[in-house]
Amino acid sequence: MLETVGNLALGFSVALSPPILFYAFVGCVVGTLVGVLPGVGPLAGISLLLPATFGLDATRAIVMLAGIYYGAMYGGSTTSILMRIPGEAASVMTCIDGYAMARKGRGGAALAIAAVGSYVAGTASVVGLMLLAPPLADFALRFGPPEYLALLLLGLFVLAYMSSGSMLRSLAMALLGLLLGMVGIDQMSGYFRFAYGRVELGDGLGVVPVAVGLFGVAEVLATAGQTTPPEVVKPRLRDLLPSRAEWRESAAPIGRGTGLGFLIGILPGSAHIISSFVSYAVEKRLSRHPERFGQGAVAGLAGPESANNAATSGAMVPMLALGVPSGPIPAVMLAAMMVHGVSPGPLLIQQQPELFWGFVASMYVGNVVLLILNLPLVGLFVNILRVPYPYLYPAVLVFSMLGVYAVNGSVVDVWIMLAMGILGWVLRKLDFETAPVVLGLVLAPMIELSLRQSLAMSDGDYGIFVSRPIAAVLLGAGLLLVLLNVVSFVRRGLDWRARLALTEKGGEAP
Amino acid sequence: MTAERVSGVALALLALAVLEECRRLGLPRGTLASPGPAYMPTVLALALLATGVLLALGRGAGTLRDAGWREWRHTLAILATCAFVALALERLGYRLTMSVACVFLLAVVERKGLVPALLFSVGLAAGTYYLFDTLLRVQLPRGPLGL
Repeated sequence: MLETVGNLALGFSVALSPPILFYAFVGCVVGTLVGVLPGVGPLAGISLLLPATFGLDATRAIVMLAGIYYGAMYGGSTTSILMRIPGEAASVMTCIDGYAMARKGRGGAALAIAAVGSYVAGTASVVGLMLLAPPLADFALRFGPPEYLALLLLGLFVLAYMSSGSMLRSLAMALLGLLLGMVGIDQMSGYFRFAYGRVELGDGLGVVPVAVGLFGVAEVLATAGQTTPPEVVKPRLRDLLPSRAEWRESAAPIGRGTGLGFLIGILPGSAHIISSFVSYAVEKRLSRHPERFGQGAVAGLAGPESANNAATSGAMVPMLALGVPSGPIPAVMLAAMMVHGVSPGPLLIQQQPELFWGFVASMYVGNVVLLILNLPLVGLFVNILRVPYPYLYPAVLVFSMLGVYAVNGSVVDVWIMLAMGILGWVLRKLDFETAPVVLGLVLAPMIELSLRQSLAMSDGDYGIFVSRPIAAVLLGAGLLLVLLNVVSFVRRGLDWRARLALTEKGGEAP
Repeated sequence: MTAERVSGVALALLALAVLEECRRLGLPRGTLASPGPAYMPTVLALALLATGVLLALGRGAGTLRDAGWREWRHTLAILATCAFVALALERLGYRLTMSVACVFLLAVVERKGLVPALLFSVGLAAGTYYLFDTLLRVQLPRGPLGL
């Protein structure tokens, strides 16, 4: 422990030096701007700005890129809350209750809760990173394809179990998303599936065009033509900060989101996306008022927003401790480190302690910078809500199309977004939730690859899923949830979720 | 026919279409022990088919008409504008395409004055172009006359 404190002191002596502080600040500012622009998420932001760091020494470059990373993760929540455009897939859950709060005139409070939640999650998970990096990274290494498959299936079961509406409808939407995830080249055999000769579809349907279409465009299609256009929200100064009750409601979800996000973030895959979905489901399940979710529940915003930020730091654990990237963003960070002559891995801490601990300390500093930067900007951002809707929605469409196009420079993505916009609009009309579609799309390739890799490992023996303890425990937990659902369904005919759905529709519960 | 029944039938039809496409594209299904590229889509389509049938058999309240489709004209105009952007973006360039699309939405669909519509549209297109293309170096298409 004393050694850690000593190392951290060394780290802070590096991180608080004016040049490093400056680059952390620049990284956070640029990251926030990049995150605010829909479509240009942290991955595109880091890739685009990597060449700009070539002239810097390794520590400054890494600190700046890390600032861009978590700045972009935070910035993504702004457009989600104010315009219902998810900057990237991790912000999808923020759209639901964050936007509902904004439409009720609580946009400023939603932005402030997101900022504080991100700060708490970011800072707490850096403590986790510092103390638990080596043992947690070892644990993450024990996850092979069977464990991933079990984890991914458990994620789907949790979502279905905790869904507030009809489980059948949620399942249908998740299956639709999983099927959409089948488009593109089969990773094991190289066959093109459902691509119809379009090379652009080889990598499958992008998460950004699908999420922006299902949320942003569908919202515009549903709202713009209403006979009474949405009221222009004119937030007063005192409405910019959350009330005492809102702080109270957000405290526990922020804590749970932080723990959940950090633990899920360590695991490979699109962890920050999954963490926000799981956190939303957990909050809904634990809430005394699950009917408020989707209508502007503070917990529905605070939990997922904290979880995706905690997952950001969690993802750094295997990258720094083992040199193993746990997803595309840490992979780009790893490449950036290598460009600067740094080789992450077990020897990094011993050979370049000032870089490792400087990086860890700069994450603390970065989180403070983000909070200082973003809380005063809440007042500025929230002015977007003052724009009359006939002017606001063309701007939302321009940002959506521009952001989607910018990811790959492909018009095909704009068409996909448009198709998903129509699908999202129709699904909204028919009372289907669209978030499970996005989750299904993200999970589909991972589930398929893990299943086929596991079977390749075991010569086609499905026993591999029960003979490995971690996989068996995760699958057992998933099966337990399914059993609980079946028992509850049989016993009561209609469980609380169905009654809730009926109540929401104004019907009478049996 | 209830909205739930229509949704269920639509999902079941989609599942059948996926099954047919797997067959038509000649994707190998593989075996249970060694799944091929059509294995997962087939399993998912069968699950969706079952879910769709269950939904169609359910007793959902409310008809398709109850969903309220009054804004369909507006929706169609917005979709047409987006389709125009997708078609014109790489031919006319970013700034011209977005300006024309926004002017159409504001002046024709929303019936705002032509001058404010023009000012807003050109300002938005030029401003976003400057931010993305010039500052962030995201390559956006240029059309005739470098617009």
